Amino acid sequence: MRMPDTSEVLLQVEGVSLAFGGVKALRDVSLDIRKGEIRAIIGPNGAGKTSMLNVINGFYHPNRGAITFKGRTRAQMQPFEASRGGIARTFQNVALFKGMSALDNIMAGRTLKMRRGLLWQMLRYGPALAEEIEHRHRVEEIIDFLEIEAIRKVPVARLPYGLQKRVELGRALAMEPDLLLLDEPMAGMNLEEKKDMSRFIIDVNDHYGTTIALIEHDMAVVMDLSHRVVVLDHGVKIADGTPDEVKNNQAVIEAYLGVAH
Amino acid sequence: MADGGSFDTFPKLLLRNAAKFGNRPAFRHKDLGIWQTWTWTEVAGIVRAYAAGLQRIGLQPGDTIAIVGSNRPKLYWTIMAAQALRAIPVPVYSDAVADEVAYVLAHADVKLVAAQDQEQVDKVLSVSDRVPHLRKIVYDEPRGLRDYDHSRLVAIQDVIEDGRAALVGNAALGEQIDEIIRQGEGSDISIILYTSGTTGASKGVMLSARGCIDAVTDTVRFDRLTENDVALAYLPLAWVGDHYLNYAQGLAAGFCMACPESGETIEQDLREIGPTFYFAPPRVFENMLTRVTIRMEDAAHIKRRMFDYFLRIARRHGESILTGKPVPVSGRLLYALGRLILYEPLKNVLGLSRVRVAYTAGEAIGPDLFAFYRSIGLNLKQLYGQTEAFLYVTCQPDGEIYSDTVGPAAPNVDIRIAESGEVQFRSPGMFVRYFKDQTKTAETLTPDGYVKTGDAGFFDEKTGHLKIIDRAKDVGRLADGTIFAPKYLENKLKFFPSIKEAVAFGDSREFVCAILNIDLTAVGSWAERNNIAYGSYQELAGHPLVYDLVVKSVEEVNRSLAEEKVMAGAQIRRFLILHKELDADDGELTRTQKVRRGFIAERYAPLVAALYDGSHEADISTEVTFEDGRKGVIAARVKIRDVPAVGATEPLGRAA
Repeated sequence: MRMPDTSEVLLQVEGVSLAFGGVKALRDVSLDIRKGEIRAIIGPNGAGKTSMLNVINGFYHPNRGAITFKGRTRAQMQPFEASRGGIARTFQNVALFKGMSALDNIMAGRTLKMRRGLLWQMLRYGPALAEEIEHRHRVEEIIDFLEIEAIRKVPVARLPYGLQKRVELGRALAMEPDLLLLDEPMAGMNLEEKKDMSRFIIDVNDHYGTTIALIEHDMAVVMDLSHRVVVLDHGVKIADGTPDEVKNNQAVIEAYLGVAH
Repeated sequence: MADGGSFDTFPKLLLRNAAKFGNRPAFRHKDLGIWQTWTWTEVAGIVRAYAAGLQRIGLQPGDTIAIVGSNRPKLYWTIMAAQALRAIPVPVYSDAVADEVAYVLAHADVKLVAAQDQEQVDKVLSVSDRVPHLRKIVYDEPRGLRDYDHSRLVAIQDVIEDGRAALVGNAALGEQIDEIIRQGEGSDISIILYTSGTTGASKGVMLSARGCIDAVTDTVRFDRLTENDVALAYLPLAWVGDHYLNYAQGLAAGFCMACPESGETIEQDLREIGPTFYFAPPRVFENMLTRVTIRMEDAAHIKRRMFDYFLRIARRHGESILTGKPVPVSGRLLYALGRLILYEPLKNVLGLSRVRVAYTAGEAIGPDLFAFYRSIGLNLKQLYGQTEAFLYVTCQPDGEIYSDTVGPAAPNVDIRIAESGEVQFRSPGMFVRYFKDQTKTAETLTPDGYVKTGDAGFFDEKTGHLKIIDRAKDVGRLADGTIFAPKYLENKLKFFPSIKEAVAFGDSREFVCAILNIDLTAVGSWAERNNIAYGSYQELAGHPLVYDLVVKSVEEVNRSLAEEKVMAGAQIRRFLILHKELDADDGELTRTQKVRRGFIAERYAPLVAALYDGSHEADISTEVTFEDGRKGVIAARVKIRDVPAVGATEPLGRAA
């Protein structure tokens, strides 16, 4: 796998803490995501991984700390600001429009890129039509890229889980994001589907140059895919480095296997 | 209308088509959701540029170039461009594993490889050290290949652009390419098709340009194909069927080849393109029917009633209407109504609305399945062929269609049945020789120039059509000399829904016996309807009423055998229903679900012995492998049933 060309930081999380009442989900966590890399966030159940992603894309607002994305620092951000800013994500449990076709779901990912207003789009005439054709072209490229031509017109509710995940990835890609957040992209998949998904993640990173941050439980996948790994446990960062460094880190081994008493 | 006529190479046909049908579509390919079209003029221009580009990266007349991938216009153009340079294209099955690819590439001495995408490029690179002459790989789909070492890797698009630029800059180069095309001769080797190698190492079948064009000219006339026809090119590129039916006939008739968007979209692409010429193996037709049946089971009651009613009408009158035989007026009216309500909409759903000629081949097709498609007005016919013939040996003419024959000899094909029962032929398209394999060539050709097919068959007395019964090496003889073709009998048995597998015995024996497997789904639901309780497959298989059910099917088979002079003596006289299903895990079937007759005979030796010693019961215990890999022993007492022979006088007692 290619290493990213630059060490330019795309997103910097500094001293973030997040609490839900008495539960401290994140405690003073700092991490950075460099432009062009695949960054994995791992940790045992309840370590705060999804909270971290939610903080990054503005769904949760941290109690303390700051987030710097593309050079702009802010403590609070709304999800729509995050997506306008170029952050797209997929969810742990697939969040698609179940009754719509795969094509329409991915088209929905282009919403923020549409310049014409609702009325023009309803007319489907002139500039709005031209714009739709252009968007459709981009979406077709993604369909081709993810090899889902055969399910273009199928309502996603009828698709097997692995393909739904792929459609969701397609919708995130349709936003042409700078940073793509993937929450357990391979959860519940069989080996074959995992392999396919891994290949697509590497290809997205390679082909579109998209920076990717992902949460994943399958260690083999994480070690193969990512350039750098950050490990959380009980809301605290316990390790950060290349897959090899993390694998041999004593604190990580203890967090995963438990400590002998 | 056009055909091969006096043209003796495919590049010359391409130029003819560009001149004659310039603006007609030659190729279509669905890309990014939209069907892209190239006319014959455009294709001729691209192929000329591509040929120039290939020449610049070192492809010389007589060189070989392998093509690995699925049906893409650029891969078909690679074949055209190679032929234009008088080089020899060698298509390779895209699903072949690396070792098989290595064997073919090395054996064919290929200098260049055209690969579809990263997957195929990886495969070729992984074996490149075993392919000594390999100089460069050209590829169609650039995705994922950006970071590869490009010293040996070029995009096909770049080769074409490079050639185009060179042609613009140097008029002499174009003249040179055209001159090579003009010099092309009918005796040039047009293509080497490697057989899939189910029987030993694959052999490179060399076909001459003249032979190929003569063969397709005949069938294009036979089926009246014209430049207005359309075919969906979805069969494996390296298979003779695709090269013949799509590529060669396309060039000869000038019709359009549509390439599917991907391997998974074929069903949808079929509907969108609506081909007029269609080929599919029986398995595909069976899957289509299953899909329809399943969907109908979920349909509303009234729709189901209509479906059943009009299919009955179709069964009664469809075949006669299709072949133009007299049909009563009421039948015609009902059939016309059925067309409006059911047959045409159904064909539309399947993408078969515009099909004028459809063929099936490769294995025996069930009579019911065959009759279904014909009855709804699809002109489905059978052909028999092989790579060595450049496909066609026989084919059924319109109006002479039978589910159990493969038709009379194709135009200009000369067939004879050897003493051993083997089918031998001479045909315009027959192969020149196997590439670098003098021994095999000599084994396959008879001294007087016929090709041995390796299949046994006979000409049906009633129709004059050829019937293929089995592989020649599997055909034996009963003690009295009657031909015994196990697969022929087994297929006849398996066409009955209650019989899933059949194994026939009889070589060097007095009479024929069979071991049967019942189909648990079909017989199970029959048992349910007839209030027959059973606890397991074994119990159901041994049930006397099930025997009564199956014996009717066996008698039916005997009746049909009695009608054929050659086969009348090979009727099934005794059978048993095995207590377990034959299974690939136990080595009784191959992984492709074919019965391993020899192995079964050994494993169930006590049962086979009992079939021939006249007893009516036999004990057997066999080791089986369970789904989780554990082994166990099944013991059973199996009943044996006698079946009367039809039209025969001598009693079975003679053998007992």
